[in-house]
Amino acid sequence: MKFAVIVFPGSNCDEDMYHAVSEVLQEEAEMVWFEEADLDKYDGVLLPGGFSYGDYLRSGAVASVSKVIAQVREFIAAGKPVLGVCNGFQVLLEMGELPGAMLKNRDLKFICREESLTVEQTDTMFTSRYEEGETISLPVAHGEGNYYCDEAVLEKLRENRQIAFTYKNNPNGSTGNIAGITNEAGNVLGMMPHPERAVEELLGNDDGLRIFESILTHWRDVHVVNN
Amino acid sequence: MCKVNIYITLKEAVLDPQGKVISQSLKDLEYDGVRDVRTGKYLQVELADRENAEKKIEDMCNRLLANPVIEDYTYTIEEVV
Repeated sequence: MKFAVIVFPGSNCDEDMYHAVSEVLQEEAEMVWFEEADLDKYDGVLLPGGFSYGDYLRSGAVASVSKVIAQVREFIAAGKPVLGVCNGFQVLLEMGELPGAMLKNRDLKFICREESLTVEQTDTMFTSRYEEGETISLPVAHGEGNYYCDEAVLEKLRENRQIAFTYKNNPNGSTGNIAGITNEAGNVLGMMPHPERAVEELLGNDDGLRIFESILTHWRDVHVVNN
Repeated sequence: MCKVNIYITLKEAVLDPQGKVISQSLKDLEYDGVRDVRTGKYLQVELADRENAEKKIEDMCNRLLANPVIEDYTYTIEEVV
């Protein structure tokens, strides 16, 4: 499986994302500068964390109208997997590919620590390797991770089972304790916690690895025929 | 040419923690009449001509300058001779 890590000016978790896929998952990955991307060559797109365009205007807003975005929309429409982490999640929200928006953290502080999460939904191409209701721990690092949506949208997210992860101890004020959601079709996951920073027991935590393994498992199920 | 002043604020339903803190600080300074403070952004956009300025600005706000999920915007247009 071949992944593209899209690099925007100001991305800073792109190397970690690349490392998680190429070194730990041991699949192909390329870091692709946003202006030069040709997404036809890839099976999965990773939108990394960071501060694209310095978070000018709103987090993810400027990247969400940049050159590569038309291709990302086509990629999503084709049903291929797109994972957006932290700033990548913010970009997907600003694109309107995921519902809702991000606000400043309730306490106006940048939060950088591990958070306990509940895996709410395992029937997705991103979470099939987890147990439903399982508690995992992943690092968060954000100033604007306070997920906001109105009651009607929250209800719809619940009905469609689009809530993938929730916080056990809501650190930022997120509506419904939401830490990560998928789109309706289930091929886009946006999440504030950083799975790519938790892929090796050697570094203290590998709870994030199963997201990448789930994507790979799904891709193999669809594309690799074993005779 | 015209100059457009755009004011972007969080929707009423959206909590504005900065506004709450500022409001409390004003009360600490004994401005007892302060009922609420909302923060926001102010942008100045210069347009080459006045024609269709409203439509252009609303388009810009809806597509980029404001996020309609959480923000409202208003604007005024000044003709510059």
